[in-house]
Amino acid sequence: MPPSIEPTAAVNAIETSATYGAGVADLFSDYPFGRAWDEMFSSSGVTRPAYDAVVAAVQSLDADELRARAEGLARSFLDRGVTFDVGGVESPFPTDLIPRIIEAAEWEVVARGVAQRVRALEAFLTDVYGDRRVVEDGLVPHRVLITSKYFERHAYGIEPPNGVRIHVAGIDLIRDEQGKFRVLEDNVRIPSGVSYVLENRRATMQALPELFAGVRARTVSDYPAKLLQALRKAAPRGVTDPTIVLLTPGSYNAAYFEHTLLARTMGVELVEGRDLVCSNNTVRMRTTSGERRVDVIYRRVDDAFLDPVHFIPNSVLGCPGLLTAARAGNVTIANAVGNGVADDKLLYTYVPDFVRYYLNEEPLIDNVDTFRLEEPEHLAEVIDRLDELVLKPVDGSGGKGIVIGPQAGRDELDELRAKVLADPRGWIAQQVVHLSTVPTVIGDKIAPRHVDLRPFAVNDGDDVWVLPGGLTRVALPEGSLVVNSSQGGGSKDTLVLDAPRSYPTFAASADGENLDRPVEDVADTRMTAQVSMRSPDPGPMAMQDQQQQQQQR
Amino acid sequence: MLSRIAESLFWIGRYIERADDTARILDIYLQQILEDASVEEEACRTLFDVMGRAMPSDGGRVGVREVLQQLAYDRQAPSSITGALSAARVNARSARDSVSSEMWEALNLTFLDLSEQRRRAERVGAHRFFQWVRERTSLANGVADSTMSRDESWLFLDLGRSIERVDMTARLITTRAAGATSGPAWTTLLRACGANEAYLRTYRGRVSDRTAAEFLLLDRLFPRSMFFALSRAEDRVGVLDRGGEGRVGTEDAARRLLGRARTGLEFRGVDEMLSDLPGYLESIQSACADATSAIGTRYFPHAVIQWVGKGA
Repeated sequence: MPPSIEPTAAVNAIETSATYGAGVADLFSDYPFGRAWDEMFSSSGVTRPAYDAVVAAVQSLDADELRARAEGLARSFLDRGVTFDVGGVESPFPTDLIPRIIEAAEWEVVARGVAQRVRALEAFLTDVYGDRRVVEDGLVPHRVLITSKYFERHAYGIEPPNGVRIHVAGIDLIRDEQGKFRVLEDNVRIPSGVSYVLENRRATMQALPELFAGVRARTVSDYPAKLLQALRKAAPRGVTDPTIVLLTPGSYNAAYFEHTLLARTMGVELVEGRDLVCSNNTVRMRTTSGERRVDVIYRRVDDAFLDPVHFIPNSVLGCPGLLTAARAGNVTIANAVGNGVADDKLLYTYVPDFVRYYLNEEPLIDNVDTFRLEEPEHLAEVIDRLDELVLKPVDGSGGKGIVIGPQAGRDELDELRAKVLADPRGWIAQQVVHLSTVPTVIGDKIAPRHVDLRPFAVNDGDDVWVLPGGLTRVALPEGSLVVNSSQGGGSKDTLVLDAPRSYPTFAASADGENLDRPVEDVADTRMTAQVSMRSPDPGPMAMQDQQQQQQQR
Repeated sequence: MLSRIAESLFWIGRYIERADDTARILDIYLQQILEDASVEEEACRTLFDVMGRAMPSDGGRVGVREVLQQLAYDRQAPSSITGALSAARVNARSARDSVSSEMWEALNLTFLDLSEQRRRAERVGAHRFFQWVRERTSLANGVADSTMSRDESWLFLDLGRSIERVDMTARLITTRAAGATSGPAWTTLLRACGANEAYLRTYRGRVSDRTAAEFLLLDRLFPRSMFFALSRAEDRVGVLDRGGEGRVGTEDAARRLLGRARTGLEFRGVDEMLSDLPGYLESIQSACADATSAIGTRYFPHAVIQWVGKGA
């Protein structure tokens, strides 16, 4: 691939300073333009309106201040223990100072598109582990289903109480060269990253308060409550006040911080496999006052480790008997076992068809153009053009095994060709998409870096709710298109701007006159109750002062 | 609450207290050595004995350097200050959902700052390190006091803290009982516990070794006296065992052990104790150890892996 950032398109420093004033000219000088869609600038020196507040906030900083703020931000993550583990070492997840902005109208489409996709995948899973109409009607070949690595026969017969298998989904989106959102992959097993959404917002609000004075962003803090609600609704039949636990693999897991955060903010127990016991088809946890029945398990342990009776027999991360208890309907496992078949990358290519087939709707967000290599003509074309395409293993996650053709060497491509020919079902091929770029603090400069977006959706059985924003991941090395945290990725706070309120409201003015005038912002004119509290008791000091004064007289 | 979490909280309490008390003990010893360098070797050997640590095995000189290395800066041993603070943080991390965020941050920041503080201590003297440790542990205790509900999690934390305080106070007093010549004076021990002023206020002119010992061992009101800490531990075990009061005696083993130790203190005069202080302190220490294992058996039953599949 030619470098996506072309030096010839560099911004003329003088031109920039004319637009923004000297301070920003320094920070944004040499901000280059490439083939990718830049989310802040539509052309050199011209910002998109959504980013006006960002420009205003950054404008007030100079290079030193910028660096100090970025360091303060990083430090706050380390102090709070917001880390992910790579090979047993706790590393802070690098977060960028400059947030990404998504306009209300753009978000509306994304949110509806993500919810639509989750509904379609949900219907597909119900079908796969049920009647398999989708195979009977010839939409998906039977062999594609059963050759999926995450297709689980054990999932048959486990009926989710409220019909939900995908309690939480993370749908990875990118913006292509035209700025259009596309789905890159679906994650419906145990998607992670939502804690960074919550933490990024907290940290960015502290590090760049000027910005939040100028925009009205939709809150992300509802997530734990929404998730808890969805888990409560997923309780086994007849359980009105379910005991919910979060099952973590333990403190050495990469996402351990997230598990603790969710457990704390939902107020549920954070359990490890060794805290659970199964007998008589029920699951209980060991507490200081004996064993206590568990009704819903929000598990962050992979299928394969969940139950040694059915899966990896020497796993100590799960609990023997879990699956049997779930099959007996005495406990709900969320997300359901066997969901992986829906986020298999080959089945991904069928999802737009699922939307039409199950929902009778047109997909609101398209896929990235993808080749199915088990179809001979596709395979032949891909093998010819390996050096132009991106090849991904169908069961990989975290960016593992991905080969970006234009960046790969000759040997790497030869090796890839052999692997693909040997196992075409194991791979998909996609066009290289230049992910959109967002300005990012690099040292004491600001430069474009490629980003993706993972919105999180929570399905409570009645409604699919999409968290406003989601996790924006940034590929920090220059020109890199790989955003995974395990491969040098960072993240950004993602602000979804609130739609302007369209309905008029009326409020009494402060001095008691009742003016029938429309008020734009309800929040600003909330009535405050008359408060008359006594001032704090001054204590004996006041009296001493008096005495002193009198004595001095 | 989960047994595993309860155990973590119990040990967080113990480790914080341990770091605090070890810093206090080392601090007075090192000051002692500073005043009279001739006692260095003997004092350091006593210190290793009192803290229950094996002497460095190479048979060479034992001095301040070895003491600091092993009892203050050793990262691995849970009985060194650094080791205890790291272990407190590891436990807090695995009980992250039950420990308040402020408490976690206090412990995490302490941990992250350890190496920097050590470097600083090597420049300006170990006393600053001990002072810093006392400040950080006070902060952690204070934050726990003001941000944790007084539920079981609190009880386990406070129980661990109290038991450790009994154990460490026993060690502190042993430094006096064991090292007859090199050990610190009673007033130095009082100062190490921050008890000197309270003691002087209580006893006015009657300052003597006997009254000092009485104060540290038996005072009902001073929070670092052995009696106070032991009564508190007994009380916490009692609350945890609520409803355990039957018609006959006490069922709970930990409660029996701590109660017996407490009555042994309460109903024995200071003179009787001083006649065999080391033996007496040792019996209190073993009561604490037995109580700890009784608490473990009852509240933290360890998960036994009950299933081993064919492939295992």
